[in-house]
Amino acid sequence: MTPILPAYSLMDHDIARARPLPTTGVGASLQRKEDRRFLAGEGEFVGNIKLPGMLHVAFARSAVAHGRILAVHKPAGFEDAVFTMADLEAGSPPVGPIRVLSSLPGFKPSSQWPLARDKVRQVGEPIAMCVAASRAEAEDIADAVVADIEDLPAVVDMLEARDAPPALVHEEWGDNIFLETLVEGGLKGDAFEALKRGAAVKVHRRLRTARQSMAPMEGRGVVCSWNTRLDQLEMHTAAQMPHINRAGLSETLGIDQASIRVIAPDVGGGFGYKGILLPEEICLAWLTRHIGRPVKWIEDRREQLIANTNCREHHYDITVYADARGRLLAIDCDSVIDSGAYSSYPFSACLEAAQVGSILPGPYKMEAFRCRTWSVSTNKPPILPYRGVARAGVCFAIETMVDAAARAAGVEPHEARLASLIEADEMPYDNITRKHFDSGDYPEAIRRAMQAIDLPRWRARQGAAEPDGRLIGVGHAVFCEQAAHGTSVYYGWGIPMVPGHEQCGARMTPDGRLELRIGAQSHGQSLETTLAQVANEILGIDPDHVRLVHGDTGMTPYSTGTWGSRSMVMSGGAVAEACALMVERVRDIAAHLFQVPLDQVMLAQGRVSDRAGGHSLTLAELAHVWYRQPQRLPPGVNPAGLEVIGGYKARVDTGTFSYACHAVAVAVDPGTGAVELLDYVIVEDAGTLVNPMVVDGQIYGGTAQGIGTALFEEMRYDSQGQPLASTLADYMLPGATEVPAPRIIHMETPSPYTTFGQKGMGEGGAIAPGAAIANAVNDALRPLGAELTELPMSPRRVMAAIAASRAGGVIGSPHAAKGQAA
Amino acid sequence: MKAPVFDFTRALSVADAVALLADTARFTKPLAGGQSLGPMLNLRVAFPEHLIGVRQIESLRQAFIDPANGDLVLGAAVPHAQIEDGLIPDVTQGLLAHVAANIAYRAVRNRGTVGGSLAHADPAADWVNTMPLLGARMVAVGLAGEREIDARTFMTGPFTTALDEHELLVAVRVPALGKNARWGYVKFCRKPGEFAEAVGGVLIDRARGIGRLVMGATDGAPIVLEESAERVRAASSDSAVAAHWTDARLSAAIDAAGIGHDPYSAQLHLTMARRAIAVALA
Ligand SMILES: Cc1cc2nc3c(=O)[nH]c(=O)nc-3n(C[C@H](O)[C@H](O)[C@H](O)COP(=O)(O)OP(=O)(O)OC[C@H]3O[C@@H](n4cnc5c(N)ncnc54)[C@H](O)[C@@H]3O)c2cc1C
Repeated sequence: MTPILPAYSLMDHDIARARPLPTTGVGASLQRKEDRRFLAGEGEFVGNIKLPGMLHVAFARSAVAHGRILAVHKPAGFEDAVFTMADLEAGSPPVGPIRVLSSLPGFKPSSQWPLARDKVRQVGEPIAMCVAASRAEAEDIADAVVADIEDLPAVVDMLEARDAPPALVHEEWGDNIFLETLVEGGLKGDAFEALKRGAAVKVHRRLRTARQSMAPMEGRGVVCSWNTRLDQLEMHTAAQMPHINRAGLSETLGIDQASIRVIAPDVGGGFGYKGILLPEEICLAWLTRHIGRPVKWIEDRREQLIANTNCREHHYDITVYADARGRLLAIDCDSVIDSGAYSSYPFSACLEAAQVGSILPGPYKMEAFRCRTWSVSTNKPPILPYRGVARAGVCFAIETMVDAAARAAGVEPHEARLASLIEADEMPYDNITRKHFDSGDYPEAIRRAMQAIDLPRWRARQGAAEPDGRLIGVGHAVFCEQAAHGTSVYYGWGIPMVPGHEQCGARMTPDGRLELRIGAQSHGQSLETTLAQVANEILGIDPDHVRLVHGDTGMTPYSTGTWGSRSMVMSGGAVAEACALMVERVRDIAAHLFQVPLDQVMLAQGRVSDRAGGHSLTLAELAHVWYRQPQRLPPGVNPAGLEVIGGYKARVDTGTFSYACHAVAVAVDPGTGAVELLDYVIVEDAGTLVNPMVVDGQIYGGTAQGIGTALFEEMRYDSQGQPLASTLADYMLPGATEVPAPRIIHMETPSPYTTFGQKGMGEGGAIAPGAAIANAVNDALRPLGAELTELPMSPRRVMAAIAASRAGGVIGSPHAAKGQAA
Repeated sequence: MKAPVFDFTRALSVADAVALLADTARFTKPLAGGQSLGPMLNLRVAFPEHLIGVRQIESLRQAFIDPANGDLVLGAAVPHAQIEDGLIPDVTQGLLAHVAANIAYRAVRNRGTVGGSLAHADPAADWVNTMPLLGARMVAVGLAGEREIDARTFMTGPFTTALDEHELLVAVRVPALGKNARWGYVKFCRKPGEFAEAVGGVLIDRARGIGRLVMGATDGAPIVLEESAERVRAASSDSAVAAHWTDARLSAAIDAAGIGHDPYSAQLHLTMARRAIAVALA
């Protein structure tokens, strides 16, 4: 589909700033419309919803990681308040398991029963649903439920799960491997071997990233009721993909989709954690109909930490080949992803590993590439694609390896990068794994980052000892963020969700306001503001006169929802299309009213007028005539009126490529292992910025989460599969005192494929900090001969790396192979 | 994360509280600021049947100087914030205020109390390490009457103290420091406001013959290294007192406390002790 607007011309950020800044449309730093209610505490989240007669649910959950269920005993006197899978299966139609298939060859699906049946496969797996007048009483009942479980050995470590499993998580598979993939590109066979032999630099590492718990401020929560008038389930749920939840509920409950309405009200952060069909959603949907009362379950922080999904546990056994200048020649990698106990709906257990194989080369050119991946199943919660999906781990792997190669070659790391990156004049570029880079100037981002962080200043400071004995380091990392992936990227995985065409329904109200209905969901992305800016850009309507309707399957067009940094590209494109259609409807009505030819009617700044200047109407006046005074409209006017559906799909749907270089200076305390961030610079290119302030906000938030990945966050398990953090005192999140104010520098290379040249950018901030900070820490530890190979770089790991280097110069943390240290 | 059922009675006097705590039929516990007990209830790791609110007992909220010996008598229900804000008499040259200001976050400090913290006896908390450093004495009241317990023997293990389960901690007696006393108190936390992974405290008061070093956030009660009064008095300078605390001695004490098996923790404790010495001597 061709864009409706002439493609915005390429503008360098500095040039862009020389123009007057727009104040309302695309490019304006408009204040967020949604903040009025949020700052006044007037938002409505699932937790705020109270329905008459509503009961509360608590779940009895498995205390063991792996075991066979022999019996579940309901407490005496509470038989009617406790439900097990047997009850859900006895209904008509019976409730079925969550089964997420992928068409990738060799993929083994899992059956996840909403309440455990036969076996439990992780601590926290729901076993029984308990309902009472209050949550506290429901918890009392849940505490009294007794499950007889025969312990089985827990499968805890992903490498052990693959190589020497103590047990099988899903017996019918014969192993613990969801999926194995191989991605190759460039030279193969003998030619690859010859390259390896001839490479001046060869570096090999085992790298590991910790399992993390996603921690949106608001956890999950469900309130549902059965509407007898509509014969429809009405579910309020803290979700990012309501249409997908509806599809999944329909499939597992055995009721048609029109009989289900899913509403995501205000949602306090998603980050991927809310992109899933929850067992709890299925349970409550069944329960409300079974008992004929509204029911509510709000996930508490303990459930969030121990029972529900995690993310990001990767292992890389990686070798990088480079020439004597540090220029990349080839990558050879084996990567294992701990996918946990089940394949989640809709992303499946294959997504993370399949992505690793294809995105590992990042924005680099090379001659040969080989990556084998394993998604393994363990007795831990399933993983979901968290902000930055596989890329945070991939960026850590490739970028620490580029630095290691640069050190081996004796060059500055940025020189090694500049020698290997795709150049601006090569765009668009298909890389070694056939990723289609739409645009960008990666080397320039690095040059600007080096200038902004002032590399010589830190190198000079390293030359002089610090008065407090700390060690100074400086490092950086670059990455690309493929976003708004379309059909061509997703259909190959054959999972329940393939993004296609995105729609927006637009309606002008009789007083000239605009309602926009989109299927994506805004939970921090500021879509209520930025999509109003898009409408303003095209219709000239005041953004305050635009109301966004989202997060409600009863009101909005189907969409796969908000994930993969897609909303500004996809919903933004659809809103632009709908508004362009609305422009035509408005002009048609005006032409009839003014009695002038259509080509004489123009719409500017929210007014329609004829070019001769004789007539002029505001949108409100025109809408008033259309709806309230139809007698004034002559015959021949288009009867379709002021309600339209616009649809969008990018001309090339392989996704937009935002990118950034993060550069950071650190001080490492060799007496404690503490790392302090002294300066942090981000040079980011997200194409045309629809709202630069919102973009900065996304970068700040993502970077804070990335700092968590780099230094703090770690969901640890003991050898029995027991989670070692059940409160936020043990699961360490970065806070205000740990996150510096990054300096953001924008470049603006518009995507040639999107409506305004905008690129998805919601995840990027979270991708690079692990890699950039690791490179800076390793730069600081270089005089000691120590190197870290595992995230997070907790004080314990920093001290272990220093101790290991003292003990004999072994490169890397001793925990890299097993990864159980804090 | 909702508390199990319990009864609650607000005590208005020490006698009241002690009488209520003597109930052996029900599992009864005092509730002060609720900053430790509250989370334990919500996480359902504690199941008391009857909680006795002690924050409204007037005498527990007082802090004054005992004219008899100059001790600070710090009521058990004084919140950390009040100490942080300098609203109690200072006999420790700012040490108590310094420690208070670095406990948790302000919201916790507004409610959390000295007595609650000491009775809770989390090895990683601050008052259980500060009071032994200062040579303070705990004042406890039970049915048998009042008694004093030396802070250095008060904590008997992680989350256990010398208090009898029916006793109420009513105050802490903190001896006044000499004019030339110097102290250092440092701790290592992953983030400001988190519990410490290691605490180092040093007090050198030559006039009063005190040379004391505390290493806290161990697996139990803090390690206290006490120099003899004669030796301290005989020392020509504060540095001469500190010179006794060699790495070898500190490491031996760390090993003896059973932390040595974890080299990271041992190193942290050594680092904090060294830094506390440096602060005291600075
Ligand atoms: C997020 C967070 C961070 C924290 N960080 C720190 C920190 O960095 N350093 C630190 O030192 N502390 C920290 N704390 C603990 C805080 O200082 C608490 O205030 C303290 O541990 C308990 O005091 P409380 O008055 O709230 O006691 P409560 O929670 O009410 O009671 C704690 C225990 O003491 C008993 N008790 C209370 N009063 C008496 C009494 N008079 N006699 C006998 N028994 C009594 C109770 O029965 C209970 O067993 C933190 C707490 C939180 C929530």
